[in-house]
Amino acid sequence: MESTSAPTRPEAGAAPPAPPTPAAEIVEGSADALDEMDPLKIQRVEEGQSLLQVRGIKKHFPIIGGLLKRQIGTVYAVDGVDFDVKAGEVFSLVGESGCGKTTLGRSVLRLIEPTAGTIRFAGRDISKISADELRPLRRKMQIIFQDPFGSLNPRMPVSDIIGEGLFAQGMKDRKARDRKVEDTLELVGLRREYTRRYPHEFSGGQRQRIGIARALALGPDIVVCDEPVSALDVSIQSQVLNLLLDLRRDLNLTYIFISHNLSVIQYFSDRVGVMYLGKIAEMGSVEQLYADPRHPYTVALLSAIPDPNPRRRKKRLVLKGDVPSPAAPPSGCRFHTRCWLREKLGNPERCSTEEPQLRDFGAGHQTACHFAEQISTEIVSAAVETQSVLETAVADPE
Amino acid sequence: MAQDISRDVTSAEVEGGSAAPAPGADYEVGLESLSQWQLAWRKFKKHRLAMIGLGILAVLVIVAIVGPFLMPFSFDKVPRPDVIVARGRPPSLAHPFGETGGLQRDVLMLVVNGARWSLLIGFSSMFIGVIIGTIVGSIAGYLGGFIDNLLMRLVDVMLSLPILFVILVAARFFAGARDNVWTIIIIFGVFGWMGVARLVRSLFLSIREREFVEAARAVGVRDRRIIFKHILPNALSPIVVSASLIVAGNIIGEAFVSFLGFGVNPITPTWGNILSTALTFITQGNWWWPFFPGFAIILVVLAVNFVGDGLRDAFDPRSRA
Amino acid sequence: MTEVVDTEVIDAPTPQGAPPPSDVLLDVRNLKTYFHVLDGTVPAVDGVSYSLKRGKSLGIVGESGSGKSVSALTMMRLIDIPPAEIRDGEIWFDGREILGLPMEEMRKIRGNDIAMIFQEPLTSLNPVFTIGDQIAEQVERHKKVPRKAAWDRAVESLQLVGIPSPERRVKQYPHEMSGGMRQRVMIAMALSCEPKLLIADEPTTALDVTIQAQILELLKTIQERTDSALILITHDLGVVAEMVDDVIVMYAGQVVEQGSVDEVLVNPRAPYTMGLLESIPTVDKRGGRLSAIKGTVPNPFNMPPACRFEPRCPYAWDLCREEGPELYQVGRSSGQRARCHLHTPAGAARLPDAILDHERKMNVGQGIG
Repeated sequence: MESTSAPTRPEAGAAPPAPPTPAAEIVEGSADALDEMDPLKIQRVEEGQSLLQVRGIKKHFPIIGGLLKRQIGTVYAVDGVDFDVKAGEVFSLVGESGCGKTTLGRSVLRLIEPTAGTIRFAGRDISKISADELRPLRRKMQIIFQDPFGSLNPRMPVSDIIGEGLFAQGMKDRKARDRKVEDTLELVGLRREYTRRYPHEFSGGQRQRIGIARALALGPDIVVCDEPVSALDVSIQSQVLNLLLDLRRDLNLTYIFISHNLSVIQYFSDRVGVMYLGKIAEMGSVEQLYADPRHPYTVALLSAIPDPNPRRRKKRLVLKGDVPSPAAPPSGCRFHTRCWLREKLGNPERCSTEEPQLRDFGAGHQTACHFAEQISTEIVSAAVETQSVLETAVADPE
Repeated sequence: MAQDISRDVTSAEVEGGSAAPAPGADYEVGLESLSQWQLAWRKFKKHRLAMIGLGILAVLVIVAIVGPFLMPFSFDKVPRPDVIVARGRPPSLAHPFGETGGLQRDVLMLVVNGARWSLLIGFSSMFIGVIIGTIVGSIAGYLGGFIDNLLMRLVDVMLSLPILFVILVAARFFAGARDNVWTIIIIFGVFGWMGVARLVRSLFLSIREREFVEAARAVGVRDRRIIFKHILPNALSPIVVSASLIVAGNIIGEAFVSFLGFGVNPITPTWGNILSTALTFITQGNWWWPFFPGFAIILVVLAVNFVGDGLRDAFDPRSRA
Repeated sequence: MTEVVDTEVIDAPTPQGAPPPSDVLLDVRNLKTYFHVLDGTVPAVDGVSYSLKRGKSLGIVGESGSGKSVSALTMMRLIDIPPAEIRDGEIWFDGREILGLPMEEMRKIRGNDIAMIFQEPLTSLNPVFTIGDQIAEQVERHKKVPRKAAWDRAVESLQLVGIPSPERRVKQYPHEMSGGMRQRVMIAMALSCEPKLLIADEPTTALDVTIQAQILELLKTIQERTDSALILITHDLGVVAEMVDDVIVMYAGQVVEQGSVDEVLVNPRAPYTMGLLESIPTVDKRGGRLSAIKGTVPNPFNMPPACRFEPRCPYAWDLCREEGPELYQVGRSSGQRARCHLHTPAGAARLPDAILDHERKMNVGQGIG
């Protein structure tokens, strides 16, 4: 096995950091070297066309327990999700912990093997192909992780962290690889000289940039960003968001952006899928969802965003209780145990017996709620007014 | 990190957060680049007991290597083979550790020669045990499933044996030859890997789930490289700590087995078999004869344990001060 | 209780000043807490002063490493000495100076007059005792009431925080509850002795959005009902905006801005606060580019010599590199104060441009039509 951990130095007389070159040039220039080695010849998908199609995807984790280590239960982490991602867009998945957004993001890349469903990337079904067939595809589909500390191997210098993907993808020439690593560092706003440094020498924001560089070095088409800014301080968060937006523009990237932070999603994305207990509750463009939410869960999520402008202080709609366990999802509509709308409508039986399907509300705005038509400003404010303090621990008895 | 700070304000005019290098973002990155091992060494150096332990160990190792050549007495030459006395001579200028009863040998010479073999046994058997343990633990931890189950049950079985008796029997059975040091080393190695295997397995199980491993898989890195470049290097520090403690355990173990007469043949001196011979004359009041080799055992075990403690602290990412 | 470390203060500074007026519950004056670590000394809290009236609420905002938590932990004497050192300062609570109090006295105040809620409820609750035991024990100790009464108080406080069937819940162990429920238990515990001051350190950071909403609303209601004062420590300006009356913004161990939330969050006047607000993604910024504060927080071992924010400040000029600013009053009548030379005569000419620039950055986007 050729080691990539041997000292990698810039070639003799390497110039001091060149002024930043337009990003697109750098990447396309060296991506050619990789493209020649691409046995799959994946076609570039035109902007606006469907790049990724996910159909009926499920991921169930067995719960092993007991004396005999038998399966005693199942966690329905992702339980039948369909969505399309168009080339060039930012598609966001939002939800609370346990909703399956992270598992979904990993399953789409087959970092976790999905239990069922198909994933088509650029028209090609990748849900069943073998590990060897999958490896060259990894170049096109990358991931950025949440934890800037956990996602970088503390025992590896930056040159290896970024370079090992290139090596694995067939760029065996060390010089070419080193140059590519340096170019990519520059692309994400770090200095070329940092290749010999170790992760612990960097701040959280810089580490996140290294993680981004690792993903981008391969020249991907689609990048899953799994809570990329959640672990960062506010002032660093915006630097990384800006970087992601710049890279998307310069490199024609498509993002699947996973977050629990609705303000970030509103700022960052084109389309949003709201997840609850392994299913998509509502999906649509940011404009549709934030201006005209059609699912009671989305309404509550939006109402819970803390707004830093005290002049926009408002009464919140507060949901009852916690998210149920994904090992025992409620019957019928999974949200019915916490649903304020159901309560307002006098607890119709349908909610707990029949599972709602995604219904179209025009221009791709889909909602899985039997009573989506009932949602209006009036009913929301009525619900806010009548919230009971003891049942939901909500303020404002008056 | 108290490293030099290269504050680069001159070029910091770029509007913050752009994709172009934001030089302002760099000034907390130090000028010197320290690997994790170098950082650990920096912390280790601050641990006083560990440094003392390391010093003692270093001195002992040097003594063990060159000591026998510098001694005025040789182990292979008995000064007066025809004279056997019951009582030796207490420490004096010519014999700072005294002389033994029986063949009237120089105790210092015995301890120095014993150091050579005791340390060799302690370290070599540790290496064998750690290598077996790491291989078994890695396989179990990485593959999981049936193989994991099989190997871990094997560990359970090995651990449930009354290991001392097994070692005694094995020593009697296999180590009957005159020159049996390596047999003893192998016995200690072969019966001393289970702890390491369990440790390595659990390390593999946890490191395998870390995000950087997932990231490596996401860029297409193969299993073999993930094991050797990602998981093992991150498992190394706990292994090193436990290895240091195994050395101490094996030195005591060898002394014990030799003391019982099942261990290394007295033609090769170890602290254990020196003690064993000394015991037969203990009623004659030769206190210096067992005292110095016994003291050497205590010293080396303490030193190794201090070093182990220091390593543990140095590798602990949470300890800063 | 891993987060809670009980330590004796060996030599606290002796109080010099006079007690504050009686409507002031808490008056922190020039508090300095330094940490001595391997690589040097970290001025974690470096001359912080603030006061809080009875029944009012105060937010302490800052990023990691700003010293926002350390100031509260110092007040509660929950820091290890060493490595920490309380170098200077006075803390007047309810009419007496508490920084110089012996530990015995301090223990009587802690949990009784001042209660604290931590970020991670699981590590702050003892896993081997039931919820009821833990609350009742505290009530028994502080209020010197019989076990039965203490137990009833435990049930009552669980009811107060909206935990259904409290009689059953008191007999449960922390691990039997969800994250949101545990945080409620923490709040119930904090309230059980009817404290005069409640300190909440990032109470919702570990929680999901909808649970965060529950807990925040709960804290609001309780504060109104019980008349206790509240200090809310958080990095989330949104949480502060909804929860408190006054706010102090901390940066690198110092207060850089203080005032009412309406003043500070709507018209920030310290460049750091401006930068923070500019960098938060909101509706108004959609479609535009977020303005980010360049660089990162300074290395605590090597603070910029004059103004600590100067290397990152878009408005800095020569003066900022020569002389550290004080907290200056902003405008004429308000209580808002900012640590920036822009509010001195020397910087007055630059102020309008800075404000314009800030307002432009706050409205970079097109919003959602």
